[in-house]
Amino acid sequence: MSNNKPLGQALREQGVSRRGFLKFCATTASLMALPPSMVPAIAKALESARRPSVIWLSFQECTGCTESLTRSHAPTLEGLIFDNISLDYHHTLQAASGDAAEAAREAAMEENKGNYLLVVDGSIPLGNPGYSTIAGISNLEMLKEVAEHAAAIIAVGTCAAYGGLPHANPNPTGAVSVEEIIKDKPIVNVPGCPPIPVVITGVLAHFLTFGKLPELDHLGRPLAFYGNNIHDRCYRRPFYDKGLFANTFDDEGARKGWCLFKLGCKGPVTYNACATIKWNDGTSFPIEAGHGCLGCSEPNFWDMGGFYNALSESTMNLSRTAAVGIAVGAAAGTASGLLNRRKKSKAEAAHETVSVKDLQREDKS
Amino acid sequence: MNSAEFLLWVRGPGLNIALVIFTIGMLIRLLEIFMLGRKQNLAELRANGVSAGLRTIFTRSTPADKNSMRRSMFTFVAGYGFHIGLFVVIFLLTPHIQLIQSLLGFGWPALPTPVVDLFTVIALISLMALLWRRLTHPVVRYLSTPQDYLVWAATFLPLLTGYMSYHHLWFPYSWLLGVHILSVEFLLILFPFTKLTHAFTLFISRWYTGMMAGEKGVAS
Repeated sequence: MSNNKPLGQALREQGVSRRGFLKFCATTASLMALPPSMVPAIAKALESARRPSVIWLSFQECTGCTESLTRSHAPTLEGLIFDNISLDYHHTLQAASGDAAEAAREAAMEENKGNYLLVVDGSIPLGNPGYSTIAGISNLEMLKEVAEHAAAIIAVGTCAAYGGLPHANPNPTGAVSVEEIIKDKPIVNVPGCPPIPVVITGVLAHFLTFGKLPELDHLGRPLAFYGNNIHDRCYRRPFYDKGLFANTFDDEGARKGWCLFKLGCKGPVTYNACATIKWNDGTSFPIEAGHGCLGCSEPNFWDMGGFYNALSESTMNLSRTAAVGIAVGAAAGTASGLLNRRKKSKAEAAHETVSVKDLQREDKS
Repeated sequence: MNSAEFLLWVRGPGLNIALVIFTIGMLIRLLEIFMLGRKQNLAELRANGVSAGLRTIFTRSTPADKNSMRRSMFTFVAGYGFHIGLFVVIFLLTPHIQLIQSLLGFGWPALPTPVVDLFTVIALISLMALLWRRLTHPVVRYLSTPQDYLVWAATFLPLLTGYMSYHHLWFPYSWLLGVHILSVEFLLILFPFTKLTHAFTLFISRWYTGMMAGEKGVAS
């Protein structure tokens, strides 16, 4: 907090050249689908931006999101920008602990009232406040307190965005996402398990440049990064269209790099930038490594049927349902058929034969 | 409810409810027909009806003669276009085969998706043409009941939503896929209670007609 240099100066002191900085601005602009004319504006805004105060709250999470952001690869500009935001509170990364840590959070909230960014990772348990606490304060209470004077909230990771793993059936802690609790603040969901690091810095850059959050899709995700699904951008897509599939993980199809749809790839319903931005400094993404997409940036991805069941299969045991239906249907059908037969034989038994004589009776009299 | 929760419901409970109603309903319908019973045939059989019955199942799919085909060319072409298209879409698209395989335990090879896409378009156009004829032809229009329009819509919707999902038209794909599956569930539930049952009973009645004629020694 004491270090309140503009971002540009801080980056230069860390050995980032002007050229490298502009390159980052241009990449960010293109990633976020902004016109090239916006590059100088982004550069200017980031250059002079005072480091935004960021309070990072970790609730029911695995620290994977923080690990992804801080250790994904050797220092890059994204990493440095992330390092240079004034991270006033992050209980995994900060040196202070206990009362000192909480004091830092309170001081940051007081000093930047209405201007700080709140980053949340992890879901919030509603079942029992004791399921997850920090310094004796329940997650729900802390979120409400910090969110009250935040400028905006970034829900990082699928747990914070949609409930994620803790929310998975049967959801023992009653876990919910940030947007289910906070209704009156702008919230950006940056889901993924973990999310792609550049998406976070992209959202931060957008916020610093324009003073507002980027355009979001129907699930609250920045359209620039979550506008396309994995399936449509997948390099294995031609194999899907041709009908060439891997049926097991070690058959000929798998070796030839054919489509993984039958092995449970959830790419068609997963919106994320993995297939274009890729992971580990652009090295690859899961499908390139031969494993189907798990759909980690989508709500309820843990409950989308088995990870290795095709997307078109039911999430429940369809064969058992069909067996029950056949058994009940056979019994009901037979019963109905027998009732019909009984009705028929009763009608036959009650049938009175009419002779010609009977018909002539009236004429006689 | 967001798109993921909706998709989860239609792939899970929704599909299972629809499947139970479909299987129970269809079995009741079919068993009632099979258990109707027929009067004993006292006449001497002129031939075995089995081969005639089997033959009739297939021969009734071809036009009886050139004249009647020419007279109803429109129904013939649109009817075949729709039925063949629907068959290919249901049984030869990879995700559908995958679903059937998870249900029955076995599958078969699929057609490339662009080919299935073409058949979807054929089926959609044929269905629209058939509806147009139903609305404009005075006799067909007079004979149409509300059920005819309901069944048309129930068949058209899965094709349309499937086409829209594949091409990402107008709505987010996750929503479209959910609506597509839901429309199929609607179709499955209507199936046993409407004239859609003809997909099963058609073959029974063809067999029966063929068999009866065969036993009497006449052509069916």
